[in-house]
Amino acid sequence: MKTCLTAIISSLMIFSPMAYADKWSDQFPHIKATGDIPGDCSYEKMSKKNYKGKTLKINTHAIPVMGEPTALHAEQFEKLTGAKVEVTHTPAGDLYSKAMVPFQAGQAPYDVVFGFSNFINDWKRYLAPVPKKYMNSPEMKDVTKSHMGVSSWDGTMYQYPVDGDRHYLKYRKDVIDNPEMQKKYKADTGKELKVPTTWKEYGEMAKYFNGWDWDGDGEKEYGSAEVMKKDDLMFAAFFSRSVAYAKNPRTPGGFFFDLETMKPNINNPGFVEALTDWVEATKYVPPGGTNFGLGDEIGSFGGGQTLFSFSWDDAFIAAMQDDSPIKNKVGAAPLPGANKVWNRVSNSWENQYNQAPYIVWGWAVGVAKKSKVKDMAFDYLCFFSNGANHQADLAIGRFGVNPFKNSDFDPNIYINSMGWDPEIANSYTKTLLDMEKSNNRVFPLRVPGVFEFTSAVATGTSKALAGQLSPQEALDEVAKEWEAIVSRVGKKAVQDAYAVGVKMEDNKL
Amino acid sequence: MNFKHKYFFLFPGLFVLIGILIFPIIFVVRLSLSGWNSYNPGLDYIGLENYIRLFTDDPRFWESFFRLSFLSVTTVILQYVIGFALAHMVWKDIKFKRFFRVLFLVPMMTTPVIMTVIWRTFFHESLGPVNDMLSVFGVAPKWLTDPVIAKFTVIIVEVWQWTPFMFLLLLAGLLSLPKEPFLAAAIDGASPVRKFIYVTFPLMAPISIGAIIIRLIEASKIMDTVYVLTSGGPGTSTETSSFYIFIKGLREFQMGYAASMSFTYLIIMIISLTIIAKVLTKVLLKE
Repeated sequence: MKTCLTAIISSLMIFSPMAYADKWSDQFPHIKATGDIPGDCSYEKMSKKNYKGKTLKINTHAIPVMGEPTALHAEQFEKLTGAKVEVTHTPAGDLYSKAMVPFQAGQAPYDVVFGFSNFINDWKRYLAPVPKKYMNSPEMKDVTKSHMGVSSWDGTMYQYPVDGDRHYLKYRKDVIDNPEMQKKYKADTGKELKVPTTWKEYGEMAKYFNGWDWDGDGEKEYGSAEVMKKDDLMFAAFFSRSVAYAKNPRTPGGFFFDLETMKPNINNPGFVEALTDWVEATKYVPPGGTNFGLGDEIGSFGGGQTLFSFSWDDAFIAAMQDDSPIKNKVGAAPLPGANKVWNRVSNSWENQYNQAPYIVWGWAVGVAKKSKVKDMAFDYLCFFSNGANHQADLAIGRFGVNPFKNSDFDPNIYINSMGWDPEIANSYTKTLLDMEKSNNRVFPLRVPGVFEFTSAVATGTSKALAGQLSPQEALDEVAKEWEAIVSRVGKKAVQDAYAVGVKMEDNKL
Repeated sequence: MNFKHKYFFLFPGLFVLIGILIFPIIFVVRLSLSGWNSYNPGLDYIGLENYIRLFTDDPRFWESFFRLSFLSVTTVILQYVIGFALAHMVWKDIKFKRFFRVLFLVPMMTTPVIMTVIWRTFFHESLGPVNDMLSVFGVAPKWLTDPVIAKFTVIIVEVWQWTPFMFLLLLAGLLSLPKEPFLAAAIDGASPVRKFIYVTFPLMAPISIGAIIIRLIEASKIMDTVYVLTSGGPGTSTETSSFYIFIKGLREFQMGYAASMSFTYLIIMIISLTIIAKVLTKVLLKE
């Protein structure tokens, strides 16, 4: 009897955390894989807050990307705290202006505003810094250094980390690792079929695998799916292709501009080489591929239409979802590099291998300085990204929530809760983790009037892709426009802001 | 009744007029004289700087304006020809006349943005049904990615969406025509073609001018079709004035500069539409 009682008590003690977790996952099935995970903003902790009679207003993206998790966590937050949460969904292109217009008019119609991390310079004067109690929380300590940097401005965090973004290469593992394909490729081209490490190799392989049915599904497949549609994030795709040729670790002091003179680097031979490659890429994208936005890219690669893709995580996650025809047939790798890199100081090419990760901008969220419910707003954001919610959100591709915590780089998360092949989970987490460790990273441009700069890049590069201008002419036009913008905004204002990003790129922050 | 009381009854209408028409125009003019942008909010005064930039250093605005002229004139001519043909068809006593009258109006009743998304799916070059069907004949036009063809794709969508409006106006015009001239033409033994050229068309001239001008005003604001279908691309090949102003104002947040473009565009449109109306009146009414 005594033994039996001891066993029961022991069992209760051992399984009590599980029972504790079940209590919340029963009520909130979204976190059924993990249950509640203890932390400062866990379900348990939030249930002890009382925000009855208070209203929180949120402006977020349209459903599903980021809009769906915002609404879901708002509903959960309401149930736990008694607060009323009003969520407004806005198309991506209007997120900036929808917050900026009232900000500039001195109003705060929204307490919480979602946007992109590169809005930070324009938004920071209207946002409340993240309070110390959240900065010191274990969850925040788990955020990677890169994403702490992306969310902060000169040491002060204005955007609460809820997402982590970077561009990397996605490829069809079942083709690249296939011995038969390797043999065929070797016989036809005399070259090895392997994960491309340079953009030239990427182009050669993509061209070879363009326009024929290489996976035997009865449909033609193509070389690469890329974001090439004008104004639809295409500038970020161009920068991803440029970093290999133009981010030289031996010439610190600016990737986009020369920090000292603020002369744009955008039309130097490094960027021109990248744009020349990109124009060439129009020959190995699917029909209509030069009009692909991010959604098309995700659908194309995720649906098994192309051999390669590169940009945000979403295409990879879509390819690895249960309903994908290519689940566990894809691989992740760093962005390709180049066998030469431009040295803007000596004005010459350095003939040595170069690779640079692009820690691209992603989803970001802040609390309006003029909000009357700042405490509740920060609690909501802390709850949004608590351990249980974050892990559950990561598993759903359409949510657009990607790894930004050190603990996210544990491959077991993806193997156990998402059914990924261990080899793929390992290559995925290693790719992301290696980017964090690199000391040749490029961060997004975050200067006043950032949209004027990126819009000029989109216009110039799209003219080159459409054949309206040569790559050199297109980038000369962009450089001229950038100089005009710097002069309009004020050289000092842009220089001071750019210096903060350069410090991160030069590993001094 | 005191004479002054009459003015009291004018106030509500006057307030509405000032509030929704005059104030926004005055505000746009004031905004255009400011440097309001994302990093410099507020109505500071920078004189004519924005206008000088527009007239001396922004060829993209003028390119988009000429592109818009091409797109709007082409679409309106096509809409007029097709709309007139359809209206003429259901004006006659044909079978299922009422059904066709309603059917031809359906495109206009749909939401432009939603329909453009559907058209974009149709014209999707690798996944869309249009190229799938055309592949039978061995052709696969680059509907959205060729700088020339993309313009015609925009025209197709615009014509599909707005021809019903032209149809409606012209049908109303046809139904209101007097019967006597047609009876006289029939007695004289005029053929259907002659009847159309010498009776129907001249009688429809005043209505045609009105319909063309109304459609030109609307077509000169082409924005949603371009936004959804091509985002102004490939390159800048389908970028129109309104889309360009949208980019500068609400994407890049150059409010002051976008206001100067809007006001300049308004003035140009007022002048050019007045000239077009005069020319059409002279040609069609032979004044």
